[in-house]
Amino acid sequence: MIKVHLRLLIFMCSFSLFAQDYFPSNSGVIANNSNYTAFTNATIHVSPTEIIDNATLLIKDGKVVSVGKSVNIPKNTTKIDLSGKTIYPSFIDMYTTFGVEKPKRGGNGPQYGASRSGYYWNDHIMPEQDVMASFKYDAKSASELHKLGFGVVNTHMPDGVVRGTGALIALNNNADNAMRVVDGETTQHLSFRKSVRSRQSYPSSIMGSMALLRQMYNDAKWYEAGHIDTKDLSLEALNKNKNLLQIFEAGSRANVMRADKVGDAFNIQYTIVGGGDEYERIDEIKRTNATIILPIDFQLAYDVNDPFLASTLSLSDMRSWNQEPHNPRLLAENGIKFALTTHGLKSNKTFSSNLMKAIENGLSKQKALEALTTIPASLLGKSDVLGTLKTGSYANFLITDGDIFEKKTKLFENWVQGTPHVIANMNTKDIDGDYNFKLAGNDYKLTITGSTSKPKAKLESGDQTLGTKMNYSDDWVNLTFKTADSTKKAYVRIVANAANNNTLNGKAILENGNELSFFANKVAKKDTNKKDGKKKANDATETPFMSPITYPNLAYGFTEKPKSETLLFKNATVWTNEKEGVLEQTDVLIKDGKISKIGKDLSSKNAKVIDASGKHITAGIIDEHSHIAASSINEGGQNSSAEVTIEDVVNDEDINIYRNLAGGVTSIQILHGSANPIGGRSAIIKLKWGEAADDLIYDNSPKFIKFALGENVKQSRSRTNSRFPQSRMGVEQVFVDYFTRAKAYDELKKSGKPYRHDAEMETLVEILNGERFISCHSYVQSEINMLMKVAGQFDFRINTFTHILEGYKVADKMKAHGVGGSTFSDWWAYKYEVNDAIPYNAAIMHNAGVTVAINSDDAEMSRRLNQEAAKSVKYGGISEEEALKFVTLNPAKLLHLDDRVGSIKVGKDADLVLWSDHPLSIYAKAEKTIIEGVTYFDLARDQQMREAIKKEKSELTNLMLQEKNKGLKTQPVKKKEEKLMHCDTMDSHH
Amino acid sequence: MKNLNKINSLLFLLCVTLGFAQQTPAPKQTKDFAIVGATAHIGNGTVIENSIIVVSNGKITTIGPQATTPLTRQAMDIIDAKGKDVYPGFIVANGTLGLVEVDAVKASDDLSEMGTYNPHIRSIIAYNTESKVTESMRPNGVLLGQVVPRGGRISGTSSVVQYDAWNWEDAAIKMDNGIHVNWPSSFSRGRWWLGEDPGLKPNKDYAKQVKELSDYFSESKSYNKGNKSELHLPFEALGGLFDGSKRLYINANDEKGITDAVNFAKSHGVSKITIVGGYQAGNVASFLKQNDVSVFLRRIHSRPELEDDDYDTSYKLAKKLVDAGVLVALEPSGQMERMNSRNLPFYAGTTVAHGLTKAQALQLITQNPAKIMGIDDMYGTLEVGKSATLFISEGDALDMRTNQLTHAFIDGRNLSLETHQTELWKRFSEKPIQED
Repeated sequence: MIKVHLRLLIFMCSFSLFAQDYFPSNSGVIANNSNYTAFTNATIHVSPTEIIDNATLLIKDGKVVSVGKSVNIPKNTTKIDLSGKTIYPSFIDMYTTFGVEKPKRGGNGPQYGASRSGYYWNDHIMPEQDVMASFKYDAKSASELHKLGFGVVNTHMPDGVVRGTGALIALNNNADNAMRVVDGETTQHLSFRKSVRSRQSYPSSIMGSMALLRQMYNDAKWYEAGHIDTKDLSLEALNKNKNLLQIFEAGSRANVMRADKVGDAFNIQYTIVGGGDEYERIDEIKRTNATIILPIDFQLAYDVNDPFLASTLSLSDMRSWNQEPHNPRLLAENGIKFALTTHGLKSNKTFSSNLMKAIENGLSKQKALEALTTIPASLLGKSDVLGTLKTGSYANFLITDGDIFEKKTKLFENWVQGTPHVIANMNTKDIDGDYNFKLAGNDYKLTITGSTSKPKAKLESGDQTLGTKMNYSDDWVNLTFKTADSTKKAYVRIVANAANNNTLNGKAILENGNELSFFANKVAKKDTNKKDGKKKANDATETPFMSPITYPNLAYGFTEKPKSETLLFKNATVWTNEKEGVLEQTDVLIKDGKISKIGKDLSSKNAKVIDASGKHITAGIIDEHSHIAASSINEGGQNSSAEVTIEDVVNDEDINIYRNLAGGVTSIQILHGSANPIGGRSAIIKLKWGEAADDLIYDNSPKFIKFALGENVKQSRSRTNSRFPQSRMGVEQVFVDYFTRAKAYDELKKSGKPYRHDAEMETLVEILNGERFISCHSYVQSEINMLMKVAGQFDFRINTFTHILEGYKVADKMKAHGVGGSTFSDWWAYKYEVNDAIPYNAAIMHNAGVTVAINSDDAEMSRRLNQEAAKSVKYGGISEEEALKFVTLNPAKLLHLDDRVGSIKVGKDADLVLWSDHPLSIYAKAEKTIIEGVTYFDLARDQQMREAIKKEKSELTNLMLQEKNKGLKTQPVKKKEEKLMHCDTMDSHH
Repeated sequence: MKNLNKINSLLFLLCVTLGFAQQTPAPKQTKDFAIVGATAHIGNGTVIENSIIVVSNGKITTIGPQATTPLTRQAMDIIDAKGKDVYPGFIVANGTLGLVEVDAVKASDDLSEMGTYNPHIRSIIAYNTESKVTESMRPNGVLLGQVVPRGGRISGTSSVVQYDAWNWEDAAIKMDNGIHVNWPSSFSRGRWWLGEDPGLKPNKDYAKQVKELSDYFSESKSYNKGNKSELHLPFEALGGLFDGSKRLYINANDEKGITDAVNFAKSHGVSKITIVGGYQAGNVASFLKQNDVSVFLRRIHSRPELEDDDYDTSYKLAKKLVDAGVLVALEPSGQMERMNSRNLPFYAGTTVAHGLTKAQALQLITQNPAKIMGIDDMYGTLEVGKSATLFISEGDALDMRTNQLTHAFIDGRNLSLETHQTELWKRFSEKPIQED
């Protein structure tokens, strides 16, 4: 048994781990080291749940031989005494791009076809991509990761919707890839983001990515079943990778839900890379059953010193700063399994401090350790060799001087596969303290701090502080200081050995060259313990403040979701939209979310009575054409996108939902944009502010799809003319072509023969069969006429023309076809095809017998659709009762929802608005907006919310100022922008 | 009774003749007329019920309550307006009508010139009197407006026009009397193409940009004091700011920007200052009042700028400023602002739902813009001696429910209320049903 200096050990280890058995050696004899190494007297965290004090860890050939209190130590063992030290299994980061160069942007857009052949038709699907093909071990990054405690990382190519296989790499700086590559094919990676290396336009939105993934899975099945004669190396790879762990980079709470939804449809449970905002709707996240790979990229406090700039900061951004550090705790508390990752950090260096922050905010240390060791190991199927220090595991461990999750704890060494990586010399003596010494008759006081990390010295003589420089390594102190005589620039040098951590012993060389012996004694400290104790007590009582999470988690969100009530409105003017017309002095009772009674002198025991005298009640406003509350609007990557659906991208935290409620809107159709002739499927939602995206969508929602004609689809304002069609003539042919193919598809499907499931064709077949309705963006009469003719040719009916600004020119034909018109009240002059748009359009269509709605297509106008309806009174003399129907009953009819909403009729949904004045008047305000008996907007409550927002913002501002004053880093204020969507809006940065 | 018939037949005649005279500016007033029985909304905060208004030679010669105002019936047409409402023609502050015809058609767009400092650029010469968009203002009572160039740091020089003219010369009411500046923004966007976060971050160049503008003004002032041996067109154009012949309109929305802009203008000796936009002007209302700075308040029908802002922020801003005594007019800039300018009365109406009285709201689109633009000697109110630029509505013109014009006059000229749009309406209302 020999006790050797650590450096020697490193030397030896590096030899023992190099070459493989069957490799020839031409540089000497093959000399394998078969010695054991034992780490004794340590506190060993064998696993997050098993801690052994005063234990021994015995390793050989990079693996753990045994661990425990009584370990049998063979004779050929090098022993390392770790008294007072702690051993942890090293960490695993299962989501990195370690050793992979950031892919470079390629090509010039736009491009509609694929760049490759022999692979899937879409460049962004690359399951065949093997990360090892572009992997280059990066020792420098590895060293950085060592400092954070990582020993093994999973890496992948971060590019594309399907990104191919990832590999598991041990961060062993003293080996080659033959040793380091723990597994060359561990995972398959997916995301919603396109490859930057290809300019292929599709998919250009998240919903497009979702649809593409679904089609890909269907195609893979079809391919596997042998229905495709040609080669598709992508699908082959996809089928081959099926049994690997599937990791989906979602990056936000909302996208976690979306990724999970895609996986569920194909019985695939993705492991999902989250966004750190999962806490906002933790129940939803829990329901996915997904394991989350969790980034801890916590925000810095904003610099709120300048009140002008600070005033632009949104409550939601301020809350993110405050709430995100609670995310890991909340996931743990809710039983959601997660692994931690450095992914998403702007600098890896913040990993440790952010981890500590998560722990300060209540994440248990055991959970933290699990999330860094056993959980990733088990997800990767490597529990037998990674994540713990059980016999047979890789000798991947950390040596610290205490609890690794404490700030003051030092990480000395990070061993990977039996190779040590020294981060700090653990044999360095701590010589911090105050020393007194005498030199040439003068008394000096020396204060040393940070001796084991960044040594610093302060030297005082009498009342003078002398300029001092200090070095300290290998127990030797070098000290240089300026003499007390300030007129001279002369220095005294000291070299001293710290034989123990109480004395310094050596010599001093004076400014004149004379050498004197030097001896300094440490002054015993008195108060330290007391101080520490006090501090600890403080820490224990201080639980960090957390802003309440609201639904949705931004200004005007609800801390507690409002509930359905029994409400009795008394003495209102009630606009029934039914044959009863407008009823004066009438009561309306709503109960269980439905309209229960309408009449005079109603009473109900449990109802909350609301005096509505002098006020008006109407059905909730329905906007047939809206683009609020969606994360993407256009999938313009192809001329047909029937496969995409807005239902996939409903955004429940759009403030415009609330603002629309304040304008009396209760239901909207979120239409796909108008980038292509065949657009995407709609989401028809109720504005149930606070509910999760999927719960906003109507139950048994009628199925709709957006079509579009004219300038937008023929890309009139685009600089490139590369996508068919470029004229109205071509637009017709797109429809004829697609419906011809859809018909053939349907026939094949009905014949019972095998057919390739095609989401696009499935959608078009629904149209042919009258199960899905078209709302078509349209302007000029020629194209309107054309689409009705195409529909006639294929024996179906166009449901709605939206915009339809020249509808008045073909109102008779529309009536004959049976199509409705959903138009603007007075918009025109914004592009060439609206030259003949007139505000009398609604009136003329209505008078011709067409069902007419007034819509917004605009998050501002939708807040005052009642006024837009009133313009039909002004332009064209429509009666007020009919005008109101343009924004209530008629859109309900067009959306096939008039059996549920759109009028005030017993049995219908209690979707109502209480107005302060005549509902068509510019002077009217919505006082209450109610959906299914729940008051989602209330003017009085809105006032209270404003006060609460102000209060919470000032509290958070104070906390941020405290951080800044503590000297912590801050970030500049940012101004949150709302993405305002119109028909033409394309997803950006995608 | 006989009189009434005469009026009716006269009205009929007017309608018929003018019906086909679309786009043709109305001829000069040749015969006096009186509007009898209407509620006259003066535009200065007062209302005269059951009024008589006499118009002669394009000017109002009499206005008062019917009870106390004698009507001398000599060679005068009588317009019976009992139960109706009369208003001064509405005025579009910071308008751009006539500079762009179709937003998305570049060839029809003369809104802004290249370059940063363009005070010499004159909007009036590009003003298209034939614009179909401008013509559509008249049926809503919007009869006058500013023609304002956009873009750059100094966009150019504006003029004020009336909306029924043969060319820009007879359209002009006041020529070249406003200089328009875009104040540097407090926030700027990251350069995403350089890998920066594209979000809005505090503008690091703010002070630099302000200084550059300030230096430009100083240079211009020096030039205008000198002998101008070499003509400098831009500096020349700025001259009017320093002698009070031109007004400085500064586009600024944030509290700090507004304050800095006002202090900047004052420090350069500019006496006539208007803030355009003024989203946060309410926070500095008393400062604006003290400094005699007026505000062209940004489009009332616009969304709150920040997520946390009150849903009615834009609706209620006018009330806050008016209560503080600031002179406020409403401006329409933003998406589709030209065609939307006809909704100016409803912007005013919305301020009533959010705090102002109807009379106060009316001032925002009549007397106040007239004062600010320097045309209040003739326009903006219904007062004796002023131009008969007014209209008659079936009811409250600030509410779309009742804004229904029967007559409109500019300088006493009886305007056509027909437009490209009404013509199409009539034509297609009568289209025979076509069989497939």
